[in-house]
Amino acid sequence: MSSLTGDSLADKPISLEKRWNVTTIVDQIFYFLTLILAIGVGFVLTWVAYEIVGLAFPAIQGYGLSFLTSTTWDPVRNIYGVLPQVYGTLVTSFIALLIAVPFGVGIAIFLSEDFVPVSIRTPIAFAIELLAAVPSVVYGLWGIFVFIPFLRPFYLFLHNNFGWIPLFSTPPRGNSLLTLGIVLSIMIVPTIIAISRSTLISLPRDLRQGALALGATRWEAILRVLVPAGFSGIVGSIMLALGRALGETMAAAMLVGNANRITASLLAPGATIASLIASQFGEAGRAQVAALMYSGVVLMVMTLLVNISAEVIIRRFQNIE
Amino acid sequence: MTTQSPEMSDRDLFARKSNSPRNIFNVGMTVLVSVFTVVMLLPLGAIIFDVARKGIQYVGIDSFTRLPPPPGLTEGGFGNAVVGTLIVLSIAAAISAPFGILAAVYLTEFGRGSRIAYWVKFAANVLSGVPAILCGLFAYAVVVLTTGGFSAFAGGVALAVLMLPIVLRTTEEGLLLVPREVRQAAIGLGATNFQTITRIVLPAALPAIATAVTLSLARAGGEAAPLLFTALNNNFWSTDPSQPIATLSVLIYFFAIIPYKAQQDLAWAAALVLLGIILLVSITSRLLTRRKVY
Repeated sequence: MSSLTGDSLADKPISLEKRWNVTTIVDQIFYFLTLILAIGVGFVLTWVAYEIVGLAFPAIQGYGLSFLTSTTWDPVRNIYGVLPQVYGTLVTSFIALLIAVPFGVGIAIFLSEDFVPVSIRTPIAFAIELLAAVPSVVYGLWGIFVFIPFLRPFYLFLHNNFGWIPLFSTPPRGNSLLTLGIVLSIMIVPTIIAISRSTLISLPRDLRQGALALGATRWEAILRVLVPAGFSGIVGSIMLALGRALGETMAAAMLVGNANRITASLLAPGATIASLIASQFGEAGRAQVAALMYSGVVLMVMTLLVNISAEVIIRRFQNIE
Repeated sequence: MTTQSPEMSDRDLFARKSNSPRNIFNVGMTVLVSVFTVVMLLPLGAIIFDVARKGIQYVGIDSFTRLPPPPGLTEGGFGNAVVGTLIVLSIAAAISAPFGILAAVYLTEFGRGSRIAYWVKFAANVLSGVPAILCGLFAYAVVVLTTGGFSAFAGGVALAVLMLPIVLRTTEEGLLLVPREVRQAAIGLGATNFQTITRIVLPAALPAIATAVTLSLARAGGEAAPLLFTALNNNFWSTDPSQPIATLSVLIYFFAIIPYKAQQDLAWAAALVLLGIILLVSITSRLLTRRKVY
């Protein structure tokens, strides 16, 4: 508690009445209210985890770790396993990162350097931020009716000419792991750009000037000095983006095809953990709800690991400053 | 990478030839990132253009005044979903805004640099990374199962969890920008902490706080995943917080995946309305931050 509340007056020898009146009581109450709510934020995080694990508990007891390795999802016989969904989640997120990382880091560099004047850079940065504001159901709607028809000829080309590669071995049906991966990449690019850009902008100017003074070209300075210096911020942004991709629900439910199988082909439909929960929850009975909650726990563990490591990486970078 | 070739004259000793591999690489990379930037703006343009083009054909007065038609029939609107979205968002804001703002006050006014503040910020950042669908499962467990049914209130709770870290962090940034001298002046005039914060600091940071709330509303307004197992859906008019309620985002989801053209058209119209609201709110919050009090 700061010493500004007149409490210190009480220990002075000159006997001023201790001001324990309404104003100090209000002050005290206000202080504790804000303190409790601040701690409450941390409490909410643990509460979310506690509640989901609590509802999943029957399934966790019943299936144990075999839940992660079994491939059946059979509400009739109450046999549940989530391996195809884990596979689908990882594959689609990997495709998304494969596209979003070069684009995101490249655009972050473009927007943090002076290739174009600020008057052009600011609107571009704002437009890219708007990409993050587009709701995921709208991505899903656009994906179903516009993007999938647009992709079809490309998919046919891939399948007809490269069908011998397992990745393109199934005839394209539109809804597929690859479609979701591409849409996810568009959805997570703004995350990478925002954090990478602020990292690059906050680097000390001397780094650049030193590199240029030693005769480096602009891109040598960027790739050998600036990017390594801001590496942890960039890695952190990629981890946060990965966390968003893993948990993306509506676009996944609408575009991935919700097929419960593991396939090497990216043109085949699959499922992700989030799409499984969204598509099954409506008609789920008690046992299935527990299994769905268990898959929610799996998703939570994945995203928490990714986000906490991102947080730690980014904080370490801030401490260097 | 090449070094200077020995046959260069003195005059060129410090100049790189414009066709040296290093320069070509330099120009090439610049072109590449410029192309990347333009390519990434294409999907944004395409989405906004397509939603506007398809949505505008089906948006009308009916959209806001009528109920959605049953499958197989045409004509109708999604007035109940517009109302429902506003109700669920109001509930979510009523929970998350005071919570987030007061917690941010602790971080900047009382606990600056303390360990508690450090961990609260850490928790808020981790919480903002929790997938929206898990906020929905949480609200299902806490509200739906205890009250015995899906409700607008449960939807509000789910969205509030999602909004809390956004409100907290944006408000905190705004409060940090209020100069220290302003607080000292107030204290020096004999104001208590409570008076200083409520009469001086918070009003000064009002644009930032408004930004925090609008930004979090823009994020939550488009979410459908947490509402699927909380507010669910409702084909009729409803303003009762204890009953299931229709929302624009959930309506778009259900109408996009059923094979009826009339419903799909409504989904596009609803997408236009939703996207319009969200972009408007996003741009508003952007403009709010430009206003400086001190």
